Amino acid sequence: MISRQAPRPPDSPRIFVPPALALRAAILGALAVVLFGVLLFRLWYLQILSGNQYLQQANANRLREVPTPAPRGEIVDREGRALVENRVANAVQIAPSELPQTAAGREQVYRGLARVLHMRAGHIRELVGKGYDEAHYAPVTIKTDAGPGALTLLAERQSEFPGVIQQPVWLRSYPFGDMAAQVLGYVGQIDEAELARRGFRGVLPGTIVGQAGLEYYYDSYLRGRPGAQKYEVNAAGEAEPAAIAPTPSVAGSNLKVSLSLGLQRSAEQALLEGIDHARAAGKPASTGAFVAMDPLTGELLAIGSYPSLNPSIFAKPRTKAEYKALTGQGTSEAGEEPAPLTDRATEGLYPTGSTFKPITAMAALEAGILTPQETLGAGTCITVSAEKFCNAGKQEFGNVGLVEALKVSSDTYFFTVGERANAYGDVIQNMAHKLGVGRPTEVDLPNEIEGEVPDARWRQEMNHRQERCEREHPRDPKGKCGYVSEIKQWSVGENMDLAVGQGALQTSPLQMATAYSTLVNAYLNNGNGWKVTPHLGLEVDAPNGALLQRLSYPPQYKVHLNPYDLGVVFEGIHKAASEAGGTSAPVWAGWNQEAHPVYGKTGTAEVAGKVEQSWYMCYVADPTRPIVIAVTIPQGGFGAEAAAPVARLIASSWFGAPKRFIAGSSKTN
Amino acid sequence: MSVSAINQGTAPSVMASNEAVDGGVSARVLRAPVDPLLTLGVIGLGVCSIMTLHSVTRGFIPSSPNYYVDRQAAYLIVGLIAMLVLAGFDYTLLRRIGRPLYVAMLISLLAVRVLGHASNGSQRAIQFPFFAFQASELGKVLLVVALSGFIVDRFRRIRERSNTAQVMLVGLVAAMLVIVQPDVGSGLVYLAITFTVVFVAGVPGRHLATLAAVGVAAVGLVLVAAPAMGVHLLKPYQEQRLTSFLHPSTDPQKQGYQQEESKIAIGSGQKTGDVSAPQTTLDFVPEDDTDFVFAAVGERYGFVGAALVLSLYALVIWRVLRIMTLAKDLFGAVLSGGVLAMLLFQVFINVGMAIGISPITGITLPLMSYGGSSVLATLLALGLVQSIYARARATHALKGRDLAVI
Repeated sequence: MISRQAPRPPDSPRIFVPPALALRAAILGALAVVLFGVLLFRLWYLQILSGNQYLQQANANRLREVPTPAPRGEIVDREGRALVENRVANAVQIAPSELPQTAAGREQVYRGLARVLHMRAGHIRELVGKGYDEAHYAPVTIKTDAGPGALTLLAERQSEFPGVIQQPVWLRSYPFGDMAAQVLGYVGQIDEAELARRGFRGVLPGTIVGQAGLEYYYDSYLRGRPGAQKYEVNAAGEAEPAAIAPTPSVAGSNLKVSLSLGLQRSAEQALLEGIDHARAAGKPASTGAFVAMDPLTGELLAIGSYPSLNPSIFAKPRTKAEYKALTGQGTSEAGEEPAPLTDRATEGLYPTGSTFKPITAMAALEAGILTPQETLGAGTCITVSAEKFCNAGKQEFGNVGLVEALKVSSDTYFFTVGERANAYGDVIQNMAHKLGVGRPTEVDLPNEIEGEVPDARWRQEMNHRQERCEREHPRDPKGKCGYVSEIKQWSVGENMDLAVGQGALQTSPLQMATAYSTLVNAYLNNGNGWKVTPHLGLEVDAPNGALLQRLSYPPQYKVHLNPYDLGVVFEGIHKAASEAGGTSAPVWAGWNQEAHPVYGKTGTAEVAGKVEQSWYMCYVADPTRPIVIAVTIPQGGFGAEAAAPVARLIASSWFGAPKRFIAGSSKTN
Repeated sequence: MSVSAINQGTAPSVMASNEAVDGGVSARVLRAPVDPLLTLGVIGLGVCSIMTLHSVTRGFIPSSPNYYVDRQAAYLIVGLIAMLVLAGFDYTLLRRIGRPLYVAMLISLLAVRVLGHASNGSQRAIQFPFFAFQASELGKVLLVVALSGFIVDRFRRIRERSNTAQVMLVGLVAAMLVIVQPDVGSGLVYLAITFTVVFVAGVPGRHLATLAAVGVAAVGLVLVAAPAMGVHLLKPYQEQRLTSFLHPSTDPQKQGYQQEESKIAIGSGQKTGDVSAPQTTLDFVPEDDTDFVFAAVGERYGFVGAALVLSLYALVIWRVLRIMTLAKDLFGAVLSGGVLAMLLFQVFINVGMAIGISPITGITLPLMSYGGSSVLATLLALGLVQSIYARARATHALKGRDLAVI
């Protein structure tokens, strides 16, 4: 069978494999099985069980997002005309990853771009360096609004500017310049403090948000939702050329407000005319405010404050000093300074002068401490507790009833009422609060003031504050505490001052307009009135104009007043505006009182050390479009001189009547 | 049992001519001179390596995207030829030149210290034209051969403690030379080889237990006790790399970063992987062509691909283990055991590093990682194993037992 001899074992001496080898091989094999088992189990855990989580981590590693801004919603007036809109501008940006590789090549791009954009090349280099440090992948904005010439040039000569790109951005634009600027507000990049605020939850850093006025109050509607440009980056954070579809931004909703563009424009024009008139008469008037409101709904038809400013100045950063000049902060008295950012219609704090008298009258009548027929106020002055309270210009109206007292604005009459009311507690104060004076109106604007209707408790509090301050600064109480108040008890004199809208009363034109509106709708509804909520917002609309949400500002509470008493008060202020001898009757000369009866009250507030503040409050009746107008011009003189003619111009514009500026000559309050 | 079978078994090197004369086709297939499954596993891993590197290295040199793949393919082909040549070579001859080989290995490791060029902070390779010779890779194979010869020659003293100590010392000297390069990873491979050689050769169990205890104590001393006393036997970064898998971190400044990114890459591969493999392509995992090549496999081909690669390794190791038990002499068995230790240790530590369960060491993944020294050394080692297989088959045939292919 075996044809050849088996070969000799090749190696000698041979060492035979020991039997123990089998066991050791088995141990090695078992070890290998265990090790492979461990590896496979771990792989299973990583890839199958936790795969999703690791995939997310991997995506987070490589995907970076640069938000693309959303266009803000427009603000339109009650007829849909744009008050604030957007303008598309092209921002010039540099994508660092697409710049030339060599330093010399980059410098050439910077220099070329500097020439086109009228910037310094060093500045561009700095911006690129800073942006690149923050995020390697994201383009750096060099100039936001470069102007069409530069953009065309850059687009045409793209090959000369590698890495330079154009990104459309939305800029706020104000077609009517400084019109209603304080109310519309302005926008700016969100800052650290705002990011922490509740209303801005979820807003990305760098987003443009409303900073004041309606832009601020309705920011969540107007803001929209930013989109995102996604970039794939490598481990070094540099952008990779990969096409990832961007997430589009969602435009903000439009806000329709109750303002009437036409009325707003003529009202601002009228206010300016009133201030000019006062200045021509030698009065140092430099500021003013007006409110025009629908008394039944609280819709604000026009609201303005002078001086104003063009909000587009906030497109570029302000210095601190410039900002202070705009807000009037850091100066002694905000009301004095031009401070165009202050909305004097809602934030101004003023005594109202005689425009307060209808409130005093209603209070006394409702409390039953006065009848319309009772005649009071004889003499030029009355003396209470050794203090003399006189009519303006030492006039003598004799003993008059309520209607006549309102018509001629008899101070002595209302001083007497104030003196009487003091014995019954907070009669006037309660009525003022009920009608909306000295209380927040809850208007849809930020920064509304509360105001103050002084009473005994308020006086106590002032005393406490003064005492505390003097305790803290015993060395120099006058210097340190200023002069909060002299320590004294609430006196009947203070109540008498309040009765004529003087003394420590502090309120705003908006509060007064709210109070008159409440009186008007009670008057029109047989004594069943309601305290309206003044407001601007009407609707939130989609960018295509479709209604998204109707904004609702229902009245805050019902106000029941005696209709007979209301009739007397309104008769008084109607006569004041229409009958010979009425304080503002000359101002309304030639006005069609049958079609649009005017119920108006002048006011002349005395402010220590200053020229009188001119006030006028009126209600002009109309079956469908009634209007309450409040006008004030600090340091403008008597009510009939400056404020009342402005109110007439506003009413003329509202009812389409010929515009006539007639300064009244009434020297009563 | 046919005549031709005996002929082939006894003289594989002349098999081809004999076969041509009197062998049947079926017999030739069944009695191939190499272990077919081991060869299949090796070729499979080579293909996986080329596929993975093809996508990983495409972007490394934009002007020649196939640079790395071409070279790796050349290494694999040269290595496979070397393996087949070695399979026909009688490995028992090596026993006699064990000592000269050991000396040559020590000289080559020392030469690296003198002539070598530094890469990634350590001096591991000598630059030749077209090729950077990494002495520690070839040294693994030389160590396996030398140690096996050494311990088998002194087999009569196998139960003596001093013998065990001497063998360990021989391995330790080589390991220390590598560790000071510094290449801690390869040094650990040397230690694993040494321990396994001693184990397979049949050293008494109590010696092994003592060695294991000494090993644990040494690790404790180097990584825990000495640093606590302010003595750093390793460089601080080496210590961190060895221990960071115990406390992973995504801080790019820390040593654990690579490992964490590698885990993310592998995990994100999920079941079937993502051919775009962003994590490795965008450089989040460094060294994804060499030490972290498994991360690229895991991300690109998912669990399916990673498990396939592991299966191929399991196949190779199973075959080596089997050949170890079939070896016709102790030298062959110990030699196979050393190669098995080398492969198993490297695969476990490297894959474990990529999936976050073993320390970060510069150990390559045999046959998968890009690099000529590693590929050639691995294939030379497997060539020796094939040779052991061939001789074993011949012996078994002589004893009248046919050796099934599988």
